[in-house]
Amino acid sequence: MNWFIEMLRSSIGKKLMMAITGLAFILFLLIHLIGNLTLYGGKELFLSYVDHLHALGPLIRVAEIGLLTFAIIHVSTGLILFWQNLQARPVRYQVDKRAGGRTIGSATMPYTGVLILGFVVVHLLNFHFIDHTQQTVFQAVDATFAMLPYVVFYTVAVIVVAIHVSHGFWSLFQTIGANHIKYMPAIKGLGVIISLLVAAGFGFIPVYVSFIM
Amino acid sequence: MISKTINLTLKVWRQNRSDKIGRLETYPAKDISVDMSFLEMLDVVNEDLTRQKKEPIAFDHDCREGICGMCGAVVNGRAHGHEKETTLCQLHMRHFSDGDTIVIEPWRARAFPLIKDLVVDRSALDKVIAAGGYISVNAGGAPDANSLPISRDVAEKAFNAAACIGCGACVAACPNASAMLFVSAKVSHLAALPQGKPEAARRAMAMVRQMDACGFGNCSNETECEAECPKGISIIEIARLNREYFKSEFA
Ligand code: SF4
Ligand code: FES
Repeated sequence: MNWFIEMLRSSIGKKLMMAITGLAFILFLLIHLIGNLTLYGGKELFLSYVDHLHALGPLIRVAEIGLLTFAIIHVSTGLILFWQNLQARPVRYQVDKRAGGRTIGSATMPYTGVLILGFVVVHLLNFHFIDHTQQTVFQAVDATFAMLPYVVFYTVAVIVVAIHVSHGFWSLFQTIGANHIKYMPAIKGLGVIISLLVAAGFGFIPVYVSFIM
Repeated sequence: MISKTINLTLKVWRQNRSDKIGRLETYPAKDISVDMSFLEMLDVVNEDLTRQKKEPIAFDHDCREGICGMCGAVVNGRAHGHEKETTLCQLHMRHFSDGDTIVIEPWRARAFPLIKDLVVDRSALDKVIAAGGYISVNAGGAPDANSLPISRDVAEKAFNAAACIGCGACVAACPNASAMLFVSAKVSHLAALPQGKPEAARRAMAMVRQMDACGFGNCSNETECEAECPKGISIIEIARLNREYFKSEFA
């Protein structure tokens, strides 16, 4: 067991933890997106999706605990990396230019990460930690997106998520060692597609509920 | 034939080891031939400074032909300057224009303590090599041709990685001051060849542990290193290092 802890404490071990938990979140995001698309089918379809989901009972519990554990690992490791990397260059450059490697996504990972954490908390307060005996999830969605600030907040938040994923997706493959000239272009392309899907798919829901539905 | 000359303003980081903090000093660089290399331009400025009884600018150099890895400074925010796959000694002044202001700073990383002006102590990279960047068996004299067949693909792979000259520009350019590109080049170079294979896993683990102990930052796949490396080392080597490292830990 000792070797395992040692491995995780190394720089590459920390990368591995970010990659695996990150992959889990991307998969979760995609499943979450597919579920949410039922909103476009109207109230009935959405509520039947919610019922089916809750019917899974203990499985949902397991998933929740899993996601929470992964979130704790991802956030705490990310913060440690951020702190260590700041310390690795005590004197900064007076002139600092990019050579073309860095992207908006890669340069903002720690910041978009913290924003996403804040967003997830608000999101859970909006739809998870509410009195479900008093209202259906649909009513909560409807009521939340009746407020314009929430529409703006959610739309901006999913764009931040998309920016985070735009670096995270290809990066996790690189970390687990899957970088090959033949496949990397496809992996990078897929990363862009997933980011756009997340931004468009989730981002349009608040607008749809608020203005079209 | 008289070559074109240009006039420049240099802002150079000056700092003695005893100084807590250095500062950028401004010097004129007059009548610089565009055929000069960046280091020759610094030589001219240093001659001027010496004539004025001022301390010349300290900078590292040796071969001046892009193969030894001694030279290097951050020029206008870019490691080894803005030309692709070029060491500072091979960067020619024709890539600058008359009247330019050039800011010159040393490699910045906690693992590279400053010695003087533009000279930093890169022995952390040597420590990483000493931890495992070698082959333990005595390889003997040169073997007969083809007694150890190595396919062209494998030879190419090894050569690509072996091109690393250990200059440290990857560390300087990395937003996290990580040395992963350097370490990965050394690990993949040796792991690709039959002589280095038997120790590949142990080597990866030892070198990564040493890299971490030296105080380099953590790689977050920013890929600035591969964009700045004068030898065009690719981050594919880093993926290979990760694989070797996992193999060593999990197997
Ligand atoms: S990988 Fe490139 S930048 Fe890094 S030390 Fe080797 S030659 Fe220099
Ligand atoms: S002085 Fe040898 S590489 Fe520049």
